[in-house]
Amino acid sequence: MSGVERIAAAFEAARSDGRGAALMPYLMSAYPDLDTSREIAQAYVDGGADLIELGIPFSDPLADGSVIHAAGVAALNAGAHVYESLQVARTVSDQVPVVVMCYANLVLARGLERFADMLVEVGASGLIVPDLPLEEAPAALAACDQRGLALVPLVAPATPDERLHQIGARARGFLYTVSVTGTTGERAVNDGALPGVLARARAHTDVPVAVGFGISTPEQAAAAMQAGADGVIIGSRLVRAVGEVAPADAPAQARALVEAFSGALVVPGRDS
Amino acid sequence: MSTTLPHRFGPYGGQYVPELLMPALTELEAAWIEASEDAAFQARLTSLLNDYVGRPSPLYLAERLSEVAGHPVYLKREDLNHTGAHKINNALGQALLAKRMGKTRIIAETGAGQHGVASATACALLDLECVVYMGTEDIRRQRPNVQRMELLGATVVGVDAGARTLKEAVSAAIRDWVTNVADTHYIIGSAVGPAPYPVIVRELQRIIGEEARAQVLEKAGRLPERVIACVGGGSNSIGIFIPFVDDADVQLIGVEAAGEGVETGRHGAPLTVAGRAGVLHGSYSAIMQDEDGQILEAHSISAGLDYPGSGPEHAWLRDQGRASYHAITDQQALDAFALTARLEGIIPALESSHAIAWTLANPDSAIDVVCLSGRGDKDLAEVLDKLGIAGPAS
Repeated sequence: MSGVERIAAAFEAARSDGRGAALMPYLMSAYPDLDTSREIAQAYVDGGADLIELGIPFSDPLADGSVIHAAGVAALNAGAHVYESLQVARTVSDQVPVVVMCYANLVLARGLERFADMLVEVGASGLIVPDLPLEEAPAALAACDQRGLALVPLVAPATPDERLHQIGARARGFLYTVSVTGTTGERAVNDGALPGVLARARAHTDVPVAVGFGISTPEQAAAAMQAGADGVIIGSRLVRAVGEVAPADAPAQARALVEAFSGALVVPGRDS
Repeated sequence: MSTTLPHRFGPYGGQYVPELLMPALTELEAAWIEASEDAAFQARLTSLLNDYVGRPSPLYLAERLSEVAGHPVYLKREDLNHTGAHKINNALGQALLAKRMGKTRIIAETGAGQHGVASATACALLDLECVVYMGTEDIRRQRPNVQRMELLGATVVGVDAGARTLKEAVSAAIRDWVTNVADTHYIIGSAVGPAPYPVIVRELQRIIGEEARAQVLEKAGRLPERVIACVGGGSNSIGIFIPFVDDADVQLIGVEAAGEGVETGRHGAPLTVAGRAGVLHGSYSAIMQDEDGQILEAHSISAGLDYPGSGPEHAWLRDQGRASYHAITDQQALDAFALTARLEGIIPALESSHAIAWTLANPDSAIDVVCLSGRGDKDLAEVLDKLGIAGPAS
């Protein structure tokens, strides 16, 4: 099965498993250290993750807020490298699809083709490059398509219809809808505009629509599901949680949170 | 009438930014094209540049410096602009544009503080809210400019990430813009960033070269052999270079920061070193990076050159062989700073001192035009400290 097919199957499996949306927790690779991040990846799976987004530490993450920025810097200061960070995918990639989140310069430095080959080697199913908008993406899309990898694009609330249409047509795996205008990070409330944003995204693509940025409680995850999301991405809340405890306790902490988010996505009245 | 601006210079440039910013970049490009063709906008900008900034800035034959250099050295006196540097040319133009676009809030990054002061000044004049991001290390070494910005009504936000210098300030400003893009315009201070910024900044700074070219023809009766300017991101340099680009006999010399020496790795000279190009702050250009593509910290005594990236058009001018790039160490810049003060009664910015140092170190020329991009009052504390440690400069 190709990466694209694995991602599609994971969204479908979540539905047939009684959940209204797939759960995709974000993991900062090599944070707090390589071994612990492998254990956290497994804890995510054990806690009910349907897919995992694996972040590769980068020195200058422009789309990220303070929590993920700091975690990436901490990982780099502890000696994280791209190759080893990608290997963390192997821990879980035979259990759930892993979508790698990586900034453009790390991809370009290695070369698109070589980087895509590495994704295949570690069993990854897809790639998100948050600073590679439509205009800059054709070569990366071709490299991913050749290997059955899903290049997942992002759209924002302010993305105009025409542009949304072009992005939606090129989306592979799923369409990553940014729920709020801003960087990644926890926010108190979901934007009331979310149902509209999701409906607009869905109208322009054939792939599932996942929502991320700012979702930090199970209640918000449930609200996103009810607003029409096929998938819910949880990032900063989890990264913060694993940083707040000793590394030895981080996997259990992560698992408990993922279980809570997963439980919030069970469709009411449809216990599985 | 053009509807778009070039987004690439050869392979360099582009728009490597989060999707959230793409509508804002499209809006900015359209607004810039409209403003460029609007006579009233241009008249207002010209009027402010003349009567508020004090343009045209003089081209001054520095005779005593010329004696030491061994050839005539003309200084383009951007240090005499209001706020003391070339940065005001760009800040004022972009602030006017923001006002025209209906934006109420301005953000800016600053290294040496000159762009922050220029932005704060333009915002005071045009009644715009102004937030300036500045690395806490730069806040330490450029204290007078912090005080000036605050006096002008701007909020200075210290950035405590990484090396606490210009790179982190740009990143923080971009994150703010991602969050507040609806009412906020980001006045980027150099010819860097995603398209259309490198073109906008170049067009607002090309007045330096247009004036200098006419002035040198009038004063010397000929074009210069070399035009020399310092390069951090590269705004004063692209501004003075561009009007000379078609003059094939005029050499264009960009001077980067060698810091403690290019060979030590502690420098800010990505164009000179010419390693693998990469993406920093939204564009593909010459950058300092490790094998993985992690961005490296730059180092320079001069906060304005302490940057691991460079404007994409410079990388293209270099590859085409139209401009060449060289690096000057912290110590050479300090020596040129002290020498210019004593010989000419001019205290140049440490950034500009790199360009002066290069003309002094490379005497074989008929006539040089050097961009004195800013004044050095802001650098006094840092320089006196360093000169004290290094012993009296000769």
